[in-house]
Amino acid sequence: MTTTSVPTAAALALGDDALVLSHRLGEWAGHAPVLEEEVALANIALDLLGQARVLLSLAGDEDELAYLREERAFTNLQLVEQPNGDFAHTIARQLYFSTYQHLLYAELAAADGPFAPLAAKAVKEVAYHRDHAEQWTLRLGDGTDASHERMQRACETLWRFTGEMFRPVAGLDADWPGMESTWVEAVGDVLRRATLTVPEGPRSGAWAAGAGRQGLHTESFGRMLAEMQHLHRSHPGASW
Amino acid sequence: MATAATHQTARTLAQDGQDGQDGTQADVDDTAAYERAFDAAVAADERVEPRDWMPDAYRATLVRQIAQHAHSEIIGMQPEANWITRAPSLRRKAILMAKVQDEAGHGLYLYSAAETLGTGREELLDKLHTGRQKYSSIFNYPTLTWADVGAIGWLVDGAAITNQVPLCRCSYGPYARAMVRICKEESFHQRQGYELLLALSRGTPEQHAMAQDAVDRWWWPSLMMFGPPDDESAHSAQSMAWKIKRHSNDELRQRFVDICVPQAESLGLTLPDPDLRWNEEREHHDFGPIDWTEFWDVLKGNGPCNEQRITQRRRAHDEGAWVREAASAYAAKHSASGAGRGVEQA
Repeated sequence: MTTTSVPTAAALALGDDALVLSHRLGEWAGHAPVLEEEVALANIALDLLGQARVLLSLAGDEDELAYLREERAFTNLQLVEQPNGDFAHTIARQLYFSTYQHLLYAELAAADGPFAPLAAKAVKEVAYHRDHAEQWTLRLGDGTDASHERMQRACETLWRFTGEMFRPVAGLDADWPGMESTWVEAVGDVLRRATLTVPEGPRSGAWAAGAGRQGLHTESFGRMLAEMQHLHRSHPGASW
Repeated sequence: MATAATHQTARTLAQDGQDGQDGTQADVDDTAAYERAFDAAVAADERVEPRDWMPDAYRATLVRQIAQHAHSEIIGMQPEANWITRAPSLRRKAILMAKVQDEAGHGLYLYSAAETLGTGREELLDKLHTGRQKYSSIFNYPTLTWADVGAIGWLVDGAAITNQVPLCRCSYGPYARAMVRICKEESFHQRQGYELLLALSRGTPEQHAMAQDAVDRWWWPSLMMFGPPDDESAHSAQSMAWKIKRHSNDELRQRFVDICVPQAESLGLTLPDPDLRWNEEREHHDFGPIDWTEFWDVLKGNGPCNEQRITQRRRAHDEGAWVREAASAYAAKHSASGAGRGVEQA
């Protein structure tokens, strides 16, 4: 039984990643390209929401944290808040994020820190998310000319949000540079097998102030939060 | 006497018949024999299985009904998915997402059940998208507030269960078995809807009003879900004879009203019918007249959301075409090496 106290900022960072990506995936409900993907995307969204609830509860009251914080107080990665775009964009986002989350949770599960119990459970879920993303990357990249082109474009567009994932998060004991090189190798391998070209552009934006982990987000995130929070905020103090 | 043995005879005859010549007197005689065996098997409550001989009209009726049910599941995702992004607590959000996911799963089982009758998902979806097949008219009503999610669970899923529990004993095996699983999940949804409304009813005055407003709007359309009165129902008599359907529309509607009245009282909500009262003599609740003009009007396409629902469905399908094409192309390229893991093309 571990007695380490939970680093709140780290719980929020990981919890916000899971919460925000779950929300974005939830937007697919009723819009997926095939019925099997309605089930799969909802399943991934539910896994992430489950992780978010555990993580946010480590930091405080899950609903207060989800519904009553302002945009600048969220510390999720900018990658996870990116709009769904077409199915290729959603899959590229899933590939980049689930590969990262799988590596991180594997490390946290192996360590004896406060996140080990959650990570041990979540790493199994995320292994499935990663497999799902890889399989679709292969199909879209090596499918038709049209799907190849869309998948290539999606990978390029989201590439610049991938550097942020490996900036160390205070309170998380992980080998960040090691994870980053494993990630670059693993994602590169999937893209090559999918006959795609590994993007060459920068993996971070040129803004010295930082990014999502510093509470700096992209413009669409505010509208996402407005939609997510409006009902809860319209009835202050109500129970649901 | 109808026994498994006679039904087996029909199966054997049917299989032999596939090799026979068309249009001979022997075929006519055979068909009559198959029909007698089929009728006897159904009368004896035996299950009809995909490879069994069955009358063309029985097959067509089942395909129509199963397809309509499958379409209702996938169109029914829309009014509820409308609230996933606004669910007011993370617990409620998880419950709602899981529910909408279950509906997609029900769609999958049901399209598979229809496929056992020789009609594929692609063809059925095309009929839905071109208006040649219908889905439950209830989903042509909008979900305007969060309480509508609760009202759909309590009333719409409640009505669906009342309709569907008898289908677990439907004469067609794959449909009956799919319904067993679906009914279990639906009854879970119904309790969740009830519990959502209870929280609202016991919450702030605004939340209570939201719950009452939702029940006011969903009550009458829910009663219409059982279909037209028995004397105006086009398909009922034959379906009852074939044991696809076990109870009449009016019987099921009455059963539903009787179940809902005490539940509404426990919820602290009023059902919007001044004529609703217990009838000692009938030992059932009497209820007011249903506005069948609205029912037929919505069915014809004039409901508040008919256009919106089908447009969204078509758009999702059309916008997903390139994804399905990619999956097929990939599977075709890699099938020889066994490396591909295709998805179903539909």
